[in-house]
Amino acid sequence: MDTAKGAGMTVILVFILSIIALSFWWLLRQGVMSKPWLETGAIADVAPKAPFPVERVGLGIFLVVVGSLFALFGSAFVMRMDLETWSSLTLPGAVWLNTSLLLLASVFFHLGKRSALRGDLSGARRDMTGAGLATLGFLIGQLLVWRMLQTGGDGLTSGPAASFFYLLSGLHGLHILGGIVALGAVLAQNGIDPRRIRLRVGLCAAYWDFLLIVWLGLLILFMGWANRLIDICRTILT
Amino acid sequence: MVVVVALVVVVVGSVVFHMVSPWWWTPIASNWAYIDTTLVITFWITGVVFAAVVLFMAYCVWKFRHQPGRVATFDPENRRLEIWLTAVTALGVAAMLAPGLVVWKQFVTVPDEATDVEVFAQQWSWGFRLPGEDGRLGTSDARLVSADNPLGINPHDRFGQDDVIVASGDLHLPVGKPVKMVLRSIDVLHNFYVPEFRAKMDMVPGMVTYFWFTPTRTGEFEILCAELCGVGHGYMRGYVLIDEETDYQAWLQEQSTFAEQYAGRGVRAASVSP
Amino acid sequence: MANITHRPDEHIPPAEVPDVHPPHPHTWIGRWVFSQDAKYIAIQYSGTAIAIGLVALVLSWLMRLQLGFPEVFSFSSEAYYQFITMHGMIMVIYLLTAIFLGGFGNYLIPLMVGARDMVFPFVNMLSFWVYLLAVLVLVASFFVPGGPTGAGWTLYPPQAILSGTPGGQDAGIILMLLSLILFIIGFTMGGLNYVVTVLQARTRGMTLMRMPLTVWGIFTATVMALLAFPALFVACVMMLFDRLLGTSFFMPTLVEMGEQLSYGGGSPIVFQHLFWFFGHPEVYIVALPAFGIVSDLISVHARKNVFGYRMMVWAIVIIGALSFIVWAHHMYVSGMHPYFGFFFATTTLIIAVPTAIKVYNWLLTLWRGDIHLTLPMLFALGFVVTFVNGGLTGLFLGNVVVDVPLSDTMFVVAHFHMVMGVAPLMVIFGAIYHWYPLITGRMLNEAMGQIHFWVTFVGTYAIFFPMHYVGLVGVPRRYPEIGDPAFMTFAVDGLNAFISIAAFIVGAAQVLFLFNIAWSARHGRDAGRNPWRAASLEWQTPQVPPRHGNWGDDLPVVYRWAYDYSVPDAPEDFIAQDDPWTPQKVPA
Repeated sequence: MDTAKGAGMTVILVFILSIIALSFWWLLRQGVMSKPWLETGAIADVAPKAPFPVERVGLGIFLVVVGSLFALFGSAFVMRMDLETWSSLTLPGAVWLNTSLLLLASVFFHLGKRSALRGDLSGARRDMTGAGLATLGFLIGQLLVWRMLQTGGDGLTSGPAASFFYLLSGLHGLHILGGIVALGAVLAQNGIDPRRIRLRVGLCAAYWDFLLIVWLGLLILFMGWANRLIDICRTILT
Repeated sequence: MVVVVALVVVVVGSVVFHMVSPWWWTPIASNWAYIDTTLVITFWITGVVFAAVVLFMAYCVWKFRHQPGRVATFDPENRRLEIWLTAVTALGVAAMLAPGLVVWKQFVTVPDEATDVEVFAQQWSWGFRLPGEDGRLGTSDARLVSADNPLGINPHDRFGQDDVIVASGDLHLPVGKPVKMVLRSIDVLHNFYVPEFRAKMDMVPGMVTYFWFTPTRTGEFEILCAELCGVGHGYMRGYVLIDEETDYQAWLQEQSTFAEQYAGRGVRAASVSP
Repeated sequence: MANITHRPDEHIPPAEVPDVHPPHPHTWIGRWVFSQDAKYIAIQYSGTAIAIGLVALVLSWLMRLQLGFPEVFSFSSEAYYQFITMHGMIMVIYLLTAIFLGGFGNYLIPLMVGARDMVFPFVNMLSFWVYLLAVLVLVASFFVPGGPTGAGWTLYPPQAILSGTPGGQDAGIILMLLSLILFIIGFTMGGLNYVVTVLQARTRGMTLMRMPLTVWGIFTATVMALLAFPALFVACVMMLFDRLLGTSFFMPTLVEMGEQLSYGGGSPIVFQHLFWFFGHPEVYIVALPAFGIVSDLISVHARKNVFGYRMMVWAIVIIGALSFIVWAHHMYVSGMHPYFGFFFATTTLIIAVPTAIKVYNWLLTLWRGDIHLTLPMLFALGFVVTFVNGGLTGLFLGNVVVDVPLSDTMFVVAHFHMVMGVAPLMVIFGAIYHWYPLITGRMLNEAMGQIHFWVTFVGTYAIFFPMHYVGLVGVPRRYPEIGDPAFMTFAVDGLNAFISIAAFIVGAAQVLFLFNIAWSARHGRDAGRNPWRAASLEWQTPQVPPRHGNWGDDLPVVYRWAYDYSVPDAPEDFIAQDDPWTPQKVPA
């Protein structure tokens, strides 16, 4: 019997346990040890509420959900890798070009954030457009990578690593595409007040940073760099 | 007080049903009497808790039901009481868990003297394979399954040549000897389940699972599939017969080995084809 | 946390929450169809969930016809497996999850925390429409060639996508997976709303520890669902790839009906890990809102504060956290590494402790209370009985070695129906009787309600208590007909027939309940404001039923927790959360 099956679930467990630890830390700061029946009356000095607008909190939680999604795919990947018929996949060098394009998009968003903070709204627009173009370049590059893999004999059903690559890069691409749609909606709005622009550039920057991290995580998996780490974990566990 | 009566009736009715109803587990035919013991311990602990909780609730409903002038007590919490209740609960849980884990340790530790017996499942029938003189089962692979080799046994593995194949028919096992049931499926999930043995385990295509037991009495026992495996699931039955040693040997002599069957089929196939 | 003053007349600092004005509908369509008001969305969610739940109820009748009277009503195995699969899937996902979070969550969260609406009303509306689409895709699978999938609600591969299973090589399984994916997308939209609303839109004075347990339960369940549903999403997407594109994520080398398939190398166990990583938290996603709501029902109708409120909150949060590390107790006999059994049996039985604390605290809330045996209270009592029963049988199945003989038998079916079928339904019914006056301004008819309660409580107990013994005898689940094999100590035919008859009667009572809901909306007794004299915020709106924006011109200010019942020296036996009353003497 293959004894390692299920060990891959540690990926998602680590993710979930960190979220749980974070939530407990947060809860403890919210007075969950207090005795509410003794505390009647108006609350005079409310601890300052987190200064985040609802959109940022909403995006933060959404990113946790997406993080959970990709951590689960990571778990599935590691569990599948444990089986005998695993064959690794050699990615074409073009992925590095794509990675730098995605990185560039993130940089543009951070520039845009700065411009918006300075009050330079047209500068912010310009930076966001640049980021959007870099991202489009990334998506086109990803399609080209798919094409190269396919012509190189690594089709969707050629092996488990290839199947995972198409599935995960595709899902990642869909998230990017969703981001581009949202970005387009932001850019299409004219004459909006600067506070909203600042907020939205910030939201976009956070979203793109997150998807960049996810993409780097996927690269680590597909480059096989994770294997050594997993081997170390396994020796510790057993 | 209809509610109070109803709650008491629920408790009394449940206990009476448990005591007098004819539906109970089938007499055991394996060494896993410990499982039954753990089950009985669990029944006692949970039964007492259930009765206590519901009867206490019935008492509360009767004693503190609304009557003119009745005022509830303002009673936010009671640390000591809660800590006590937690401790007692933890103790009860431990009393069930500890024997359970001890028995599980036995369940997953296959004794060295256990003989391998392979159970082979496909939609919706059972097959079996016993090791021959060498005491070892040959390797197998779903890719080798064909009309001539229904169990997919590796014809180039010398350990497999003397394996006894029971492609269809009943499995016989000698009483009193531990066996390791090696479980294999070539299509979908199945589960080898004989109620009298208490043990069961899924059969997963692509991997080999197992459990072990020692038959403790002779007789004919029905095998049921316990994992939904498609439309024939409810009719996927078979039989295990636990024999005295002499009867078992007699049955074994009548069976043919893989080499005999494979060669025989091969010759026949050759003679039929022009 | 905060320093508390006891002078209500002092200057109140400006609201900590910026007041918002949610979009106001001007047309009938804007209000009832494309509504962005959480209260209407709640009703849309609940109505859809109940409608599809009725389909599942009918399916349960059909399967009980087969089980109870196999000679008279003999369906094909295909049909039987389709009945059980769709019944299970609809009840767990499309009814229970949707009604607790989409229904009660939408209605109660904004009202109970003093918000005007959910924070993202448009996304909230989309959530319902995607859910409706998921339901329609699910319904569509009944009408495609080959019918819906019959793989069991667990949808285990490889059989789920092979021809030996109904719908496996037809459209059934594809529509099922698509529908689940849509459901998860829709739920995520709603879930973000529920969580952010609780975090960011609580009114002034509404600290976390002043929230009613209903909100705590729904909030924690939503957080869990947001983290757990992605596991089902991942499993569904990968299975769709295996089915449609020929990948082998879950598919090993296999020979189906003598024919070698092109799959190879995958493992069905990977699917099971993913499925149950969602599947076990799912149990608590349904249970935690029920825990929260029933605490409030018991407190209001026993005119007493929830005993051990802090413990109750901690227990909800701890159960939520623990439920992520117990998933493999569904897989003790799946062929996973046997040593996992030690770990998962221990974690599973540890969950029993916080759960037991909740039960004790419900009982201690009744203790020295002033128990009004109203319909919500009756259902709450019914919940405690069925939940304790189902929870205790969970100790059998969680304890790994005891699970070995019982798993995959009717004992499991009886257990999970008792604990996550009947018990949460009791709470849903109790909650509807409790909040119907808030939603409609009228009371539900008492006589019909009494019949509904007694038939449902006695009937469901009569169905599921004996069913444990069918499993104990050794009858496996998912058998359309067991016959009378030699291992049975006593034939179960009679018992099965009895269970079936009870099931038909209980089902009929639900039709009466739905009639009551429709009839009372027009003819029910006028409820007036706050008929139960409840202290929590949802009953304190300027108009009952609450209007658009909930709170009139100003958001309420909260001065106390939600459970000030029978406070000594208070003028009435409850003090509303927004009532600044304080006793003459300041408590030390």
